[in-house]
Amino acid sequence: MSKSTLTRRGVLKSGAVAGAGLALPTIFTASSAAAYTNAPSGSTVTLGFNVPQTGPYADEGADELRAYELAVEHLNGGGDGGMMNTFSSKSLQGNGILGRKVEFVTGDTQTKSDAARASAKSMIEKDGAVMITGGSSSGVAIAVQGLCQEAGVIFMAGLTHSNDTTGKDKKANGFRHFFNGYMSGAALAPVLEKMYGKDRTAYHLTADYTWGWTQEESIAASTEALGWNTVNKVRTPLAATDFSSYIAPVLNSGADVLVLNHYGGNMVNSLTNAVQFGLREKVVNGKNFEIVVPLYSRLMARGAGANVKGIFGSTNWHWSLTDEGSKAFVKSFGTKYGFPPSQAAHTVYCQTLLYADACERAGSHNPCAVAEALEGFEFDGLGNGKTLYRAEDHQCFKDVLVVKGKENPTSEFDLLEIVEVTPAEQVTYAPDHPMFAGGQLGSCNPGA
Amino acid sequence: MLNLQKHDKTLMIIVAVLVLFAPFILNPFPTGSAMAQFNAGYPDLMQRFVIFGIFAVGFNILFGLTGYLSFGHAAFLGVGSYSAVWMFKLLSMNVIPAILLSVVISGLFALLIGFVSLRRSGIYFSILTLAFAQMSFNLAYSVLTPITNGETGLQLTLDDPRILGVSATADGGIPVTSLFGLEMRSTYEMIVGPWTFQFNAGYYLCGIILLAAFYLSLRIFRSPFGMMLRAVKSNQTRLNYTGLNPKPYTLAAFVISGMYAGLAGGLMASMDPLAGAERMQWTASGEVVLMTILGGAGTLIGPVLGAGFIKYFENIFSKINDSILHSWFSFLPDGIEDAVVFLIHPFIGKGWHLTLGILFMLVVIFLPGGLVEGGQRIKKWVSGGKNKADDKAPKTEPAE
Repeated sequence: MSKSTLTRRGVLKSGAVAGAGLALPTIFTASSAAAYTNAPSGSTVTLGFNVPQTGPYADEGADELRAYELAVEHLNGGGDGGMMNTFSSKSLQGNGILGRKVEFVTGDTQTKSDAARASAKSMIEKDGAVMITGGSSSGVAIAVQGLCQEAGVIFMAGLTHSNDTTGKDKKANGFRHFFNGYMSGAALAPVLEKMYGKDRTAYHLTADYTWGWTQEESIAASTEALGWNTVNKVRTPLAATDFSSYIAPVLNSGADVLVLNHYGGNMVNSLTNAVQFGLREKVVNGKNFEIVVPLYSRLMARGAGANVKGIFGSTNWHWSLTDEGSKAFVKSFGTKYGFPPSQAAHTVYCQTLLYADACERAGSHNPCAVAEALEGFEFDGLGNGKTLYRAEDHQCFKDVLVVKGKENPTSEFDLLEIVEVTPAEQVTYAPDHPMFAGGQLGSCNPGA
Repeated sequence: MLNLQKHDKTLMIIVAVLVLFAPFILNPFPTGSAMAQFNAGYPDLMQRFVIFGIFAVGFNILFGLTGYLSFGHAAFLGVGSYSAVWMFKLLSMNVIPAILLSVVISGLFALLIGFVSLRRSGIYFSILTLAFAQMSFNLAYSVLTPITNGETGLQLTLDDPRILGVSATADGGIPVTSLFGLEMRSTYEMIVGPWTFQFNAGYYLCGIILLAAFYLSLRIFRSPFGMMLRAVKSNQTRLNYTGLNPKPYTLAAFVISGMYAGLAGGLMASMDPLAGAERMQWTASGEVVLMTILGGAGTLIGPVLGAGFIKYFENIFSKINDSILHSWFSFLPDGIEDAVVFLIHPFIGKGWHLTLGILFMLVVIFLPGGLVEGGQRIKKWVSGGKNKADDKAPKTEPAE
C-alpha cells in the first residue's frame, strides 16, 4: 500500500475545482453565462474555413484555402495588407479582429452536405470557431448555413451561385458575397442581344439539381424577355461524363443557341462534346450556331482548353480587372503563391475581410451585432466597385462581369477577357422576386 | 438478468462502459494543449461514433452471419433519415415518432429490395443491392425533389406545419429536436483542471439505443435463428439438400439489418435535422463494408470499433493542416522543421483518405480478422500462452 497524500487542503482544493466545474453552465442551454456561442475570451479568435479538399471541387477549395490564409495574414498585420488598404471602411488596423489575433481551423467538406456539417460542427463544438465560412457548391452552402443558424454563429458563404442560398433557403446568420443565377441572366441578356440578336431559339442542357434549375430558370426568363424562344430544356444527370447523346438531338431541334447550365467537370465535358459535334460551325435558321455558358470560372476554362474561345458567360470577378482593389489583391496573392487568384479565392477573401470589418464596427463578435453591422452595409474597394449588402436577404449587390473565352491567350491563366461590366442596378431585383420567394430570414440567433 | 453467457456478459459490460464514459475516454488531452487536436470527445463526433456503430452492427447481422455482402445498405440509412426529417416537419420535434417511423419505413423498403435481391447470391446479390441503392440515390438527388429537396437536402423551415408542435419558436427560430422537452443538443460541460468534458443529451440517447441494439444483435448471434444464418454462410447447398429453405432466414436477416440502418438514419436526423441524398451514395454503402471488415466481420464488437476508427480519421485527421504541423515541430531547427512538415503533409488534411487506406491495407494483410483479431493477439501475448482455456471462447470468423 503506497502512502496516501490526502491532505485537508488538497481535498478542499479539488472539491472547489470539481464544484466549479459542475456548476459551469453548458454551451447550448439558455442558462449560459456567455452572451453568445463561442464568445472568445482569450487573446485569440478562431475562424472556421470549411472547404472541399477532396471531391469534384477540390481545385476551387484549394484556391479558397490559399485566399483564407492570405486574409488571416493580412488581418494579423502580415504581408502587404492586400485589399485592406483599398477597402473603403478603415476600421481594420492589422492587429487582428478587435485586438485579438486571428487563428483558423480548416476542414474538408468533401462537397457533401453531411460531411460539411460534421466538419462545421466540430469547428463549433471542439475548436470554438465564432464564424464559419466556405463551401464550393450551393447544396453544401445551404446545409452549413442552416447549421450555423441553429448553432448561433455567423456563416459567410463562399462559392455558391444558386438563387436559393439567399432566396428560399436564406437565413439570418448567413451572408453571401458571390453573385447568383438571376444576376448572371440579367447581366448576360443585353450582351447576348447585342451579339446574337433578338430572334433566337435556345436549347438548354441543365445539370439536374437545384443550382442547375435555378440558373436555367433565370437564364430562360431573361432571354425570353428579349424575345428569344426556348425550344427545349433537357436535364442531364450530375454524374454524366459523356454528353454526346444529349448533344445529338440539339442539331435536329431547330435551335440556334445552346445554353450549358453546367459547372466544373460537367461543363468541361459537355462543351467539349458540343464542339466535337461541330455545333459551332453549323448554320441554323440562317444564323451561326452559338454556345453560352452562363457561369464561368477560370479553372473551368482551363479544363475546356481551346473549346472556350469566343464563348460568352458571366463571372463574379476576374484577376485582369484594373481597379485598385483587384490590383492589390492580385499582387499580394501572386507574390505569395506565384499565380493569380480565381474568383473563388476572391470572394472568400472579401468575405473574411467583411466579417472582420463588421466585428470591428460592431465592437463585438456577437452574431447579432455582426449581422446588424453587415446589413445594409455599403462599401467599395474590394474589386467589384460599389457594393451593397442588402438587409432583406443578406445578398451582395455589385457589378457583374460578362466574359468571353479569349481568342489568343497569352498564358495558362489568361483565358477569359472581360466583355462588359454590367452595373449593379441592372442586376438588382426586388427581395420578393418570385425566383427568390418562399423563405424567411427568421431572426438572428446568437446561440447560447 | 439479461440471460447471457459469461463471455457475452463481459462483452456487454465492456461496451456499456465504453459508451457511458466516452466523454472521458475520448478526451485524454487537456484542452489548449497541442495534443488536443486528437481529442474526439465533442458531441457531434461521439454521436457519429455511436450512430455508425449501430449501422455497422446491423450490417454485420447480414454480412457477418449469412455472408451476403450488401453493397446498398446506405439506401436504408438515407430512407430512415428522410422519414425522420419528414416526421419533424409534419408532426413534432419529438425524436420518438421520428425514430419509430424511420425504422418502420426502412424495414418495408428492405423487405422490397431484399425480396428481389435475395433471388441471387454472391456477387450477383451485391450488384443488385448496389443497383437499388444507386437508383435510390438518383431518385433522391433529382427525380423525387419535391420529397427529398434534391441536392440541397431536406431541411426544416419556418413554415413547416408541425401539427403537435410549433412552426417557429417565440424568438423566430426553428425549434430543435427533443425528447419530451429534453433538447438533443443540450450539453453539460464539466471542467476538471485543464480538461473540459462535454456530456451531450443526444449522445446519451444514441448511446442507450446502441446498447439496446448491441444486446439484440448479441441475442441474435447466439439464437437458433443465428445458427441457421451461419449455416447459410457455411454451405447453402447442403442446407438446401437437408430440406430447409434458406430464403425466409436470409430475408429476415436482410430486413433486420435494414431496420438497424434505418434506426441509424433516424438517429442521425434526430441529432441534426437534415437528410441529404449523398447519404445513399455507393461510397456511403462502401464505408459500412469497410467498417465491418476493418473491425472484424462476424464478430460482435468489431463493427463498432471499425465505425469509430473510420469516423475518427475522417473527422480528426482531415482537420490537421500545415500550420498546425508547424506549431508541433516548431522546436526543431527551421530546415528540419520544413522537411518534417513536408514529409507528413500528404497524410493529413486532404490526405486523410491516404492514411486511412494505408491503415486499412495493413489491417487486412496482417490482421485478417480485423481489429478484434489484433486485440486477441495482444491478449494472448500478454497472458503468455499459458491460458489455453481461451479456446472455448467464440472465435473470430472472418467472412469469406
